[in-house]
Amino acid sequence: MNLPFDIRFEKRSEDNAWWLPAATSLGAVVVAFIVSGIILKLIGGQPLVVGKFFWEATFGSWATISDTLVKATPLILVGLACSVAFKMKLWNIGAEGQFYMGAFFASLVVLVPIVPLDSPKIVIIGSMMIMGMIGGAIWGFFPGFLKAKFNVNEIITTLMLNYVAILWNNFWIFDRWSDGGFQMTPTFVKSAWLPRLADYARQYKAFSGITLHLGVIIGFAAAILVWWIFSRSRWGYEIKLIGDNPKAARYAGLNISRNIILVMMFSGALAGLAGMSEISGVVHRLQERISPGYGFTGIIIAWLAKLDPFAVIVVSILFGALIVAGREIQPSGLAQLLQGIILFMVISSDVLLRYKIRIVRTQPATA
Amino acid sequence: MNLEIILHAGLATGTILLFATIGELITERSGIINLGVEGMMLVGAMMGFSVSLSTGNPWLGVLAAMFAAGILGLAHGLVTIHFQADQVVSGLALTFLGTGLALVLGEGLTGKNPPLLPEFTIPGLSSIPFIGPVFFTDLSILVYIGYIFIPLVWFYIYKTRPGMHLRAIGEKPEAADTLGVNVYRLRYFYVFVGACLAGLAGVTISLAVSPGWYSAQTTSGQGWIAIGLVIFAQWNPLRAAFGAYLFGALQRGILDLQGPAVLLGFANPLFINSNWGFFLKMMPYLLVILALVIGSRTAIKKHIGAPAALGIPYIRGERGL
Amino acid sequence: MKDGPYAVEMKDIVIRFPGVLANDNVNLTLKPGEIHALLGENGAGKSTLMNVLSGLYKQTSGTIKVQGEEVNFNSPRDAIDKGIGMVHQHFMLVPVQTVTENILIGLDTPKFYMNMNKLDEQIVTLQEKFGLQVDPKALIWQLSVGEQQRVEILKTLYRGADILILDEPTAVLAPQEIDEFMLTMRSLVDQGKSIIFISHKLQEVEEVADRITVLRKGVVTAEGIEIAGLDRRKLAQLMVGRDVIFSVAKSEQEPGDVVLSVRDLKAENNKGVPALRGVSLEVRAGETLGIAGVSGNGQSELAECITGLREAQGSVKIGGEELVNAHPMKAIKANVSHIPEDRTHVGTAPNLSITDNTIMKCYRTAPIGNGVTVNRSNARTYARELKESYDILAPGVSTLARKLSGGNLQKVILAREISSDPNLIVAVQPTRGLDVGAIEAVQRVLLAQREAGTAILLISEELEELFTLSDRIAVIFEGEIMGTVDPRDADVDTIGLMMTGTRLEDIQKGVEAQA
Repeated sequence: MNLPFDIRFEKRSEDNAWWLPAATSLGAVVVAFIVSGIILKLIGGQPLVVGKFFWEATFGSWATISDTLVKATPLILVGLACSVAFKMKLWNIGAEGQFYMGAFFASLVVLVPIVPLDSPKIVIIGSMMIMGMIGGAIWGFFPGFLKAKFNVNEIITTLMLNYVAILWNNFWIFDRWSDGGFQMTPTFVKSAWLPRLADYARQYKAFSGITLHLGVIIGFAAAILVWWIFSRSRWGYEIKLIGDNPKAARYAGLNISRNIILVMMFSGALAGLAGMSEISGVVHRLQERISPGYGFTGIIIAWLAKLDPFAVIVVSILFGALIVAGREIQPSGLAQLLQGIILFMVISSDVLLRYKIRIVRTQPATA
Repeated sequence: MNLEIILHAGLATGTILLFATIGELITERSGIINLGVEGMMLVGAMMGFSVSLSTGNPWLGVLAAMFAAGILGLAHGLVTIHFQADQVVSGLALTFLGTGLALVLGEGLTGKNPPLLPEFTIPGLSSIPFIGPVFFTDLSILVYIGYIFIPLVWFYIYKTRPGMHLRAIGEKPEAADTLGVNVYRLRYFYVFVGACLAGLAGVTISLAVSPGWYSAQTTSGQGWIAIGLVIFAQWNPLRAAFGAYLFGALQRGILDLQGPAVLLGFANPLFINSNWGFFLKMMPYLLVILALVIGSRTAIKKHIGAPAALGIPYIRGERGL
Repeated sequence: MKDGPYAVEMKDIVIRFPGVLANDNVNLTLKPGEIHALLGENGAGKSTLMNVLSGLYKQTSGTIKVQGEEVNFNSPRDAIDKGIGMVHQHFMLVPVQTVTENILIGLDTPKFYMNMNKLDEQIVTLQEKFGLQVDPKALIWQLSVGEQQRVEILKTLYRGADILILDEPTAVLAPQEIDEFMLTMRSLVDQGKSIIFISHKLQEVEEVADRITVLRKGVVTAEGIEIAGLDRRKLAQLMVGRDVIFSVAKSEQEPGDVVLSVRDLKAENNKGVPALRGVSLEVRAGETLGIAGVSGNGQSELAECITGLREAQGSVKIGGEELVNAHPMKAIKANVSHIPEDRTHVGTAPNLSITDNTIMKCYRTAPIGNGVTVNRSNARTYARELKESYDILAPGVSTLARKLSGGNLQKVILAREISSDPNLIVAVQPTRGLDVGAIEAVQRVLLAQREAGTAILLISEELEELFTLSDRIAVIFEGEIMGTVDPRDADVDTIGLMMTGTRLEDIQKGVEAQA
């Protein structure tokens, strides 16, 4: 069958409009929703009903908005972690493991304890934050070191360390710190809880039951920090340069090995902070399954946000909504399916940033 | 802790890894890295289970599993070969996609009992002392298929023309292209093949080795281990087979190590406190890392290692015609 | 040599690319059973011409006849079918596969099963016929460059080539391998093959060619002349041109202290072959030392060793400080500017903006940065100023580097390197690919830097440029300095002779160098 026109890809020569990357990402998300709706229809579901339910479950009331933001909080931090690493073309697939190690190290503050448990809240929370970052940084150091010194593929090493981190955590919560044989530690003392809006329910009735916690502020602050590093700092410029062309970076006098290690540690630290935020702000203890795959979702978020820190916040809220809605939506795998379709659409749409699509007539229009 | 039992169980678990690892090995040999193996395995497991349930024929399930996974592989190929998108991210997207699809479409399959693939003993061979009971007794047909599969793949890669071209396009696609080999078409083919094998690995779980559908728990990371094993195997199918069976046995052995009260003459610490088992479970993953480190250092010395063009999209240079 | 129709006859070939006339009415004939050398400097159009003959490109106009029959090639396959085989300068071999496998890639038989032992024997038979012995079971990476070259030749012979085109075949060979290679060519001809080989090395051409065609800037300056009785001086002249350039713009000045001192520098290139065999030179403040030579004789390696991008033995002192094998950052801190040969893969970051590319060297110092932050608006202003003064054509300073044309990209690099006020500039092919206006601008800047007291090491393929800008010109050939001359006294012929392998002392003694 000969169509009367040809579809051709042409390399773009002029600068892209500033809105093009955002447009392609947005377009990808919209298409992904449509495709998921179609799949849902095919298996007998009702996409529009599901859609309405989705909206209500996520942004329908203050309580649900709070839930969405709570879920978005670790996503923001992990999304930032992945963005930082990807900026230098380091494939940190280990944000999940760094998350767990961050949670572990933060727990040490309370469970050892590292600071006296009657210290002021700010001391305890502060130490937990620092320890969380240290834990994640250590977990990022190993793959970074192996890559810098031996050129070992960081995709596999970070991935493997994910499993190791989870097993490590399991040992401690099943064994040493187990709360009466259950697979979790005892609940942390109140001073180790990140403050929540619900804490102020007495003063402001509206806040009762709102679980939104300080972690979200930490997330915003981290986004601002990463933004500043990327766009205003010397280090951010160097990261950009190494990521784009290591040969040019070397020619410009940069030390690539050192930066690989530093960036992996920084990325790990952010993911570790996410872990700390989850255990201190949400579950208030160390337990199994504190992450339903945040580390992997962070990869999608970073890619969708095209590594921009503020876009990461927006996308994290979207994905937070997906998780909240996904808890109740049948079938249960829909949220993950949607995530996969979104990412797939995004990378497919990236081609539009480099090539124009031209439809060219190959046969003259017949009279 | 019976060595025979561990090896025997290891063969079954190892067969899962075998198909997935060799599939990814083939894909990577052609120059494409596919990180979507885990998702493709899950889709295969689910499709196989579901089709066997609805048609009553487990072999149709196998075909459906391979085909479904293969389609996902083609999607990966389209995005990476034609759109030249980043192979790492595309693979990850397919893991999510595959996992999501499998969970959504597999809704309600838990607890069902479709016809499974047959298990049997090979007469004659099973009487050989030691080897017989381990390798040829009471194993799924897929395990036996696995045995034959290994030498066939080895033969294909190293002794045939298509195999030679496969190796060439992964190492130096320009050399093959200038001599008339269609690099693009071949890469699509091998991505498809690798994905089909991942699907086969998945259905090996759900219709043979660990029958059933347990949502995401069905594969529990085997796909990722397979990817690591490809590097461990230095892209050689014989080493891949060795690694697959080894890790299969290792995973079983770890379970067994925790059982007895006395281990190698000493009081078994795992018996006293089974939680030490978690460290044991870390072993496979740490070993993969170790293998990579060793591999990176010897690779440079011996000029072996990843196919040189792995992960790099092939763009034909400008021709003045 | 037999009589009869030409093996190859190329008539009135014109090859035009957008903006470039690569070949202008070129005629070339190849007699059956002869070795025909195609001589010329880089950019003369030799490779382009041969790419047309081997089916890679199509000529804009002109005819080609093979064995007397007019042909029209649409792809390399067509050329191969007519018996033409080309061995490129950069080998197309798969390193981890064997010789036999490499030879057999892409063919239709054997279709499935490959009996390697039997195929190896076939290859050995072929090898013995032509005297091109290589172990068929060897993996390519295990072979020396000379042996790899033999595999490339075997590839063409296996496919039935009668006419072989060899592009700079000795460029990558060590001296002993070159001798073997010469014998190989003779042996191939004895077997009935006809060979065109592209070269710039007069010595070898004299040794083995029957006839020569010389190209200069796309035009034939000597067509099919017999080797016998040829004057090497005349050849060099034909290759390099008669123009004697007077440098009017350059002012007289006394050079200052020694800034760059290189002693007995030895280094290998990426293939492990020695590229620098003991180079010594000096450049003083306010002086420009030009390095002349055909590309591939060690110039790139020389620049890389001086700027810390390549390992070397020997001494490189900049401002008195020993900097051989130091990290590139130390060279930068010693105020060395490097205008690299590879502007896309080394000199710039393609997906970063013009602004980001311009501040690559100065982002740590005021007013752009202070070691912690980078002031984006100052950076943009800086970039805009440079864009203005260097006339860089682009929509704006936020344009990504990969969107720029080659010439504009080079301007970005120049702007960056020169405005950091260096003590020493190492410029490698700085005007390659630029239009006339840009070339003039660059040269004016380099002269201005010289006047301001900067020491300049200028590596260039353009003799005119070297004459215009340099105070002294050293000629490099196969990793050694053949001699250093003053452009005011020297003539182009002498330089041409040095560029093709004769030492200055020998020229002055009036004696031609021995093989």
